[in-house]
Amino acid sequence: MESTFKIYINGKALETSAGKTVLDVAREHDIYIPTLCHHPRTGKAGKCRACLVEVEGLRGLKESCALEVRDGMSVKTHTEQIQEVRKMIVELLLSNGEHNCIACEKNGHCELQDMAYHLGIERPGYLLDYERITLDESSEGIIRDANKCIECGRCIKSCNNNVMHEVLDFGWRSDHMRVICDDDKPMGESTCVQCGECVQVCPVGALTFRYAKGKGPYWELDKTKVICTYCGVGCSIDMFTKDNKFVYSLGTEENWQDQTNKGMLCVKGRFGFDFLNREDRLDTPLIRKNGKLEKAGWDEALDLVASRFTDIKAEHGPGSIGFFTSARISNEENYALMRFARGVVGTNNIDHCARL
Amino acid sequence: MTNSMQEAENSDVILITGTNTTWNHPVFGGMIKKAVMQKGVKLIVVDPRDIGLAKYADIHMKQNPGSDNAWLMGLQHIIVKNNWHNKEFVEEKTEGWEEYLQSLEFYTPKKVEELSGIPKEQLYEAAKLYATSGRGAAYYAMGITQHSHGVDNVMAISNLQMILGNFGLPGTGVNPLRGQNNVQGACDMGGLPNVFTAYQPVVNEDARKKFAEAWDKKLEEMDDKVGQTVTTMVKNAGDSIKALYIVGENPMMSDPNQNHARKQMDKLDFIVVQDIFLTETAAIADVVLPAFAFAEKYGTFTNTERRVQFSNKALDGPAGAKSDNEIIAAIARRMGCTDFPETVEDLYAEIRELTPSYAGVSYERIKDSTGLRWPCPTEEHPGTPILHVGKFARGKGLLKAIEYRPPAEYADEDYPLVLTTGRLLQHYHTGSMTRRSKVLEGIVSSGMIELNVADAEHLKVINGEKVKVSSRRGSIEITALVTDKIKEGIVFIPFHFVESAANILTNDALDPVAKIPEYKVCAVKVEKIAE
Repeated sequence: MESTFKIYINGKALETSAGKTVLDVAREHDIYIPTLCHHPRTGKAGKCRACLVEVEGLRGLKESCALEVRDGMSVKTHTEQIQEVRKMIVELLLSNGEHNCIACEKNGHCELQDMAYHLGIERPGYLLDYERITLDESSEGIIRDANKCIECGRCIKSCNNNVMHEVLDFGWRSDHMRVICDDDKPMGESTCVQCGECVQVCPVGALTFRYAKGKGPYWELDKTKVICTYCGVGCSIDMFTKDNKFVYSLGTEENWQDQTNKGMLCVKGRFGFDFLNREDRLDTPLIRKNGKLEKAGWDEALDLVASRFTDIKAEHGPGSIGFFTSARISNEENYALMRFARGVVGTNNIDHCARL
Repeated sequence: MTNSMQEAENSDVILITGTNTTWNHPVFGGMIKKAVMQKGVKLIVVDPRDIGLAKYADIHMKQNPGSDNAWLMGLQHIIVKNNWHNKEFVEEKTEGWEEYLQSLEFYTPKKVEELSGIPKEQLYEAAKLYATSGRGAAYYAMGITQHSHGVDNVMAISNLQMILGNFGLPGTGVNPLRGQNNVQGACDMGGLPNVFTAYQPVVNEDARKKFAEAWDKKLEEMDDKVGQTVTTMVKNAGDSIKALYIVGENPMMSDPNQNHARKQMDKLDFIVVQDIFLTETAAIADVVLPAFAFAEKYGTFTNTERRVQFSNKALDGPAGAKSDNEIIAAIARRMGCTDFPETVEDLYAEIRELTPSYAGVSYERIKDSTGLRWPCPTEEHPGTPILHVGKFARGKGLLKAIEYRPPAEYADEDYPLVLTTGRLLQHYHTGSMTRRSKVLEGIVSSGMIELNVADAEHLKVINGEKVKVSSRRGSIEITALVTDKIKEGIVFIPFHFVESAANILTNDALDPVAKIPEYKVCAVKVEKIAE
């Protein structure tokens, strides 16, 4: 058993163990420490300094994302000094770039916006000149707006260390530094496979999903956990929907360490579900009449299927009917068809596409 | 899979063959890369194409399609000759050694080089790396199984793992990567002609009794013979098979030798197709029943590592459609079955009752968790991430003697190129879902034939040119993608695109045991289209 000890955050005693950071412990106990460059799946970065805390006995402010807990440590998260520093950081970030929340896709779900709100910043305290960078809309699924980027580096870390596509990096220097694809190609012409991981970890509106644009702000979307239908990995997806339409997918972040996909998705799991919204979905039974498939009612269709199966079984025996079940329907539905084939029709002629 | 995906980084060496992992199981492909780049795991890739993982490999062997039995046994020939095998494991935990050893004799490095095109020096290096690095995991997919000797290929992988003692430990095992999200579940649920749920054989009277009792049937009403497979049902259409009920499958795109398959389907008296779109197969049905898609209902799916996961309902399906189980129950009722389970809960309760490996997997346990891996026989059981720990499920592991068999068809004078088929990153199976996705269809909207630079030069074909590809079974027109990422003499076509359907060309020769078609090897010719 690893030994546990207590640390104190804002005077509150909290049980914890070695190897964790102050930020980890604060998060476990719902104590809000703002972060921008830190993400649970990309780990500590120690860049943005938004997570600074005061530790008794240590000089200066410390980055809680990188500070490991020690027995008896006493931490303050919201002193006047800390808030002043955070305010300065956020004001500088807000001053550099275009952080216009009004029509931003990230409105309501933006970590920079959250910080500004909590710090009571209504407008940036500085006015900085900056060179506007044209949107990168070259990719089918992802829009890049470098003007909203705060250079936290999460997307780069995740692209290189989590999904391992090795596309994103920082390019250029000083004022001109920005996130680039390969050797600064437009995303759509780069080696990017559009898994969308970068969008999922972006704290601001610098990376967004093209087809989610204008479909509804975050707070109007419903989130449901589903299992991806595209391969045997069985990725856990948080599917976001609105008005009974699919909007976008995120890899499930909750318990990500134990998820089969550890919060990640591929291009199919990310972007491949708009087929659900299609107008050409079948929405009525069809029966072939005079060589053509024509719309029919459920009773008519089901009666026909049942009577034809009954007749064919009577004439040629149960083994004359075959069943193709599916590797895309659920266990329960597979069981239902298996029970129907074996228990109702009376044949073992049931198989599925495991071979195809 | 005998093991779990998270264990990739516990391996010392990984063998990837017959799986283009970064395209077909992309998230797991990333985990393999991570194991290599961050944990120093060694990687051996065996594939005729420069697949995404090839550039991360310590050794990439490019075999001729259809020679997997040869190089797999060839590896073992070298391992045994050099005494690199795990004698203790073989002695204690396996049987069939003598016969197996004899069959290895045939696979000399020279012979294997001749059959597979893999230089014997490279094969030696791979054997040494795989056998002497420590824990080895083998991952494969349809590139191994879709052959007229697919079962032999799988047995050869299983042999390799057994002689090295690569079972029952984290980071080892025989690990097929399943291509659909519920292939594992469909098999577990008895969606196979020979077994009930949890692989209880239909030829076993006790098993039949158990299910007859649960379904309130007389024992003599239960079919006691193994049924037909998908492939034989199509082959026997019009003869022993008169009607098909097809749920969520599209054989009119996915079956090999499409022209022939279509003729077979036309011989049926009655076809029912239950699907979410009017697929190529639904279009030839007598009755089409509209169903809900995965996100429009709830239930469980079982992934490639046997993890049973709960999927919730995110959307209401089309007003005129129904869930698959509701449709099936309604037909069952009309055929006189009065006690057919009505709800998903009723069905799942029956599954747990009749399926020992799922008995402990309650909805309550998996609804808010990350799932449970079977076998999970009781509510207290934590699930089983690794199979065969300590000993094999069947007692002793059986080493199989494997006699070399070539593919059913190979390149010749008339059809000088070898075609292999598969999927692209952006599309899935017959494309009925992905081709209706804006982003995916936006990235790739048509098929292509991957053609080696040298072959293209010889044929005077340039990149992007439309060509005619023919086999003994049919021909298609398709755009040429001239590349050095595929071995000379081999061509690749994805099977997602109806406009240039690869399965018009493929061979319907079957593995004698598994009845799986040989999608991965057939002979074709490529011609310029006259202007």
